[in-house]
Amino acid sequence: MSLLTTLARLEAVRAGVAQPLATVRHRHLAERPFVLVPLAAAGETGAPLAVLLGQDRENPRLLTVPQPLDRDLRFAFLARLGDELLPYLESFGADVELLERSVKDPESGEKTVEVRELCADAPQLVVPNPGAMELLGLVGRSTRFRRTAEDVDPGPYPVPARVPLLGRWLTHLSERSNVPGSSLLLPLTTTLSRHWATGQSSLEDAHLGALLAWIAPPPGERGERAASRAENGRDERGRLLVPPAGPATDPAFDSLLLSPAVTRYDAARAAQDERLTRARAEEIDALLESVLLPVWHQVWQGVDLLRTLPPAAHVVERWESDRWSYTGHRDRVAAGEPPQPLRDDAVTAARKLAQREREQVRLDLEEALDDPLAMAEHRLAGQAFAGEVVEVLPAYDTSGRSPKPRPLVTVRTEDRPHLDPGGEVHRAAGPAAQRAELVQLDAEAGLLTLRLLSGMGRKKEPEPGTVPEAGEQVCFTLFELSARQSAPLPEPEDTPWTHGGPPR
Amino acid sequence: MTTLPTPAASPSPGEQADAAVAAILASALHGGERGTVVDSPPGAGKSTLVVKAARELVVTGERLMIVAQTNSQVDDLVDRLAQADPGLAVGRLHGSDALPGEIAMRHPGVVASTKVADLRELPVVVATAAKWQWVKDTDPWHHAIVDEAYQMRSDALLAVARLFERALFVGDPGQLDPFSIVGTDDWAGLHHDPSQSAVVTLLAHNPGIVPHRLPVSWRLPASAAPLVSDAFYPFTPFRAGTEPGDRLLELGPATPPPPPGLAPSLARAADEVLDVAAESGWGLLELPARLTVRTDPEAVAAVAAVVARLLARGGETRSERGSAPVDAGRIAVGTAHRDQAAAVRGALAALGVTDVTVDTANRLQGREYDVTVVLHPLSGRPDATAFHLETGRLCVLASRHRHACIVVTRAGIPELLDAHPSTEPVQLGVVSKFPDGWEANHAVLEHLRRHRVAAR
Repeated sequence: MSLLTTLARLEAVRAGVAQPLATVRHRHLAERPFVLVPLAAAGETGAPLAVLLGQDRENPRLLTVPQPLDRDLRFAFLARLGDELLPYLESFGADVELLERSVKDPESGEKTVEVRELCADAPQLVVPNPGAMELLGLVGRSTRFRRTAEDVDPGPYPVPARVPLLGRWLTHLSERSNVPGSSLLLPLTTTLSRHWATGQSSLEDAHLGALLAWIAPPPGERGERAASRAENGRDERGRLLVPPAGPATDPAFDSLLLSPAVTRYDAARAAQDERLTRARAEEIDALLESVLLPVWHQVWQGVDLLRTLPPAAHVVERWESDRWSYTGHRDRVAAGEPPQPLRDDAVTAARKLAQREREQVRLDLEEALDDPLAMAEHRLAGQAFAGEVVEVLPAYDTSGRSPKPRPLVTVRTEDRPHLDPGGEVHRAAGPAAQRAELVQLDAEAGLLTLRLLSGMGRKKEPEPGTVPEAGEQVCFTLFELSARQSAPLPEPEDTPWTHGGPPR
Repeated sequence: MTTLPTPAASPSPGEQADAAVAAILASALHGGERGTVVDSPPGAGKSTLVVKAARELVVTGERLMIVAQTNSQVDDLVDRLAQADPGLAVGRLHGSDALPGEIAMRHPGVVASTKVADLRELPVVVATAAKWQWVKDTDPWHHAIVDEAYQMRSDALLAVARLFERALFVGDPGQLDPFSIVGTDDWAGLHHDPSQSAVVTLLAHNPGIVPHRLPVSWRLPASAAPLVSDAFYPFTPFRAGTEPGDRLLELGPATPPPPPGLAPSLARAADEVLDVAAESGWGLLELPARLTVRTDPEAVAAVAAVVARLLARGGETRSERGSAPVDAGRIAVGTAHRDQAAAVRGALAALGVTDVTVDTANRLQGREYDVTVVLHPLSGRPDATAFHLETGRLCVLASRHRHACIVVTRAGIPELLDAHPSTEPVQLGVVSKFPDGWEANHAVLEHLRRHRVAAR
């Protein structure tokens, strides 16, 4: 946790309400996101119990598995989930924009124009927390290889036709959610915690009810009281007032209500009484709806809160990466490629790790550039400084054939960057990428004299507007402002002996 | 003086080390496996081995590529190679934004270039793993040496392994593991987990490779080798190359008055812990327990005070290399975080000290000093995270010195450790590292307790 976040948390404790950690929203938020609140059954990892889902906050759809250990009921549930989710996921595939790029033919060396499709928009699933995300990933893993009645060899336990396809989509979404800054599958608690600091630990922030209690406490109530009630308040029967946002259910709910209801359902089924079985299933539906609906409203409240922040400047760019990811998966499904493998081979794993690291660097940089509060963390850590230009002196590098502009800019700042003369800095929010080096430092007076090294055009005099003027506010960072390219890796079939050779 | 627990008939440290090196070279040149792995404890002559192996390979007419992890490591290696054999032509391959250091380029036999084609015909070419990854369109080398291989990530090896047929991997398994800025649980337990060390991946895929070991630390004094060996290398013990009494640190009297800005009471405590460390090789300067920000101003001031007093008093080190004055170039300060290093640098500058190396554990890897002053990674913390508990971090910080190591910390770390047992999830297929940071921290603190000086 950075010093600034610690400070914000302390202030939240004093104020009794969460404090902003961002001035803008750093994640994409669809106009009509698809909200999904899943519950898992206790006792078996990844066994779905129920889900409340949809794009209409007034009218959610409830799907349940009345006996979560019954595989037939589970796959029937997943088939219905697919019926709800797949049309939404696939609906973005048709509207595309065409992008041209020139590619070099590897053999002839000739340049040709290649036209690629990019979907104009992509789906967005909002779930309460990372646990829900993980559950969707597990469901994807357990269904994408299943055989269906339509297969040539359906095997002894075929599942409904579109279940494996649902598994492939869920796998893709969960895989993509591991890429920093991606928003196809958005966990609400983590997203809210990025934008607000509460007066509780980050572990407690994982409880959606408690987190919202800090960010938007009821009028006249302090955050810690509201959060404590959200976490611990129980009614006279011992049920939690605010049910947990899943995927695990409250154990008291399980043993007091759910388990007896499932037992009654099993009995009705064993007696082959269809009418009673249906009635028992409806009881279970009502029970699960009673613990899901409060979470459903919390999720939409969280979405509303995020909407109060204007989107950050780079969100559109990052959403475009999500759109590429969506388009790529759409194409792989359309091309009839097999489901994603169970494990990554050496090269694929290394490529994914490189991508995630690159995107993490990019995300940190873009957040700092988009948001003065994010930049403040770097300034406080001595990795950036901001201030007013007090003097600009023209100067030139005459070592080459023609003189180049190397003006000296003196900045007055209250920040204390960890920078020694000769150190390189980068201008944030300038007209173009611009490097400078520290020439002279007067720490007492807070004066830093920098020599601008680039970003001023090719002429002897700098292009207008490229050199800051006296009185202008500027910000420089000690770190580079773009993510580095990842080094090339071999093709999987060229995996070297150190890594076990090509995958078999 | 105590005697080492070695039977009289056993070989001397020098003989042990020579035998190990001979076996390693035989395996690297003619062994049945394509890879040879050498585990080396701190200061066991790893760099000397690399230089020796490089020269033996070159003598046979082979061209050799060497992979190191950082630019300063590459420069150091080039310097050592050129010093050992001034007639040897060494290529220093570098990136366009990372010019080679002066220490490497002062030798006439060293040629630097950003393009491998310019260096391809030279007997030895040295570059960082990051630079080698971009090399293409070239025939593979027959032999490679990978230095600091335990700090190289598996994915980096994946990208460079196409460049060589056989390789000698040399490194210290007790130092910091490579890390990633993103979560890597997706690949935990896979043989080819891209975030783990290159050696772990290599050994998992080539079970025939049995790592060699260097048995003697020439750097660590007799006061330090047993502790570091027991705490960090319990299954692969090593010994010091020198006997107790071979290394002496004689400090000047504590007479010079402390400079303005250094509180007299803190100066007294610093003098006291310096005397303890000069006598025993270890010192623990303990501040009252308190939760602090990372750049704890009092702890930073205490670190600066110890360094400033050491320099003000002056002194002399005596060792098998002869005697030398204790000067700023032979002292280092180690911290866990960069902002802590920056804060110590600032505090030292305020006391008029500028030439002392102050850096993080990551950057001190592979370096050697006479006296080190360490800000304990857990000092003042409310929690013990995996980062601060990492065995390698403490191992690096506690094994850089030839004479004495002084640790500065807030009191209460044993209690902090007891309140934070290891809770890392167990991953199938991942070999758990032993000792874990928790155990190693306790072992080191238990030892340091005997050399404790309290600061008020």
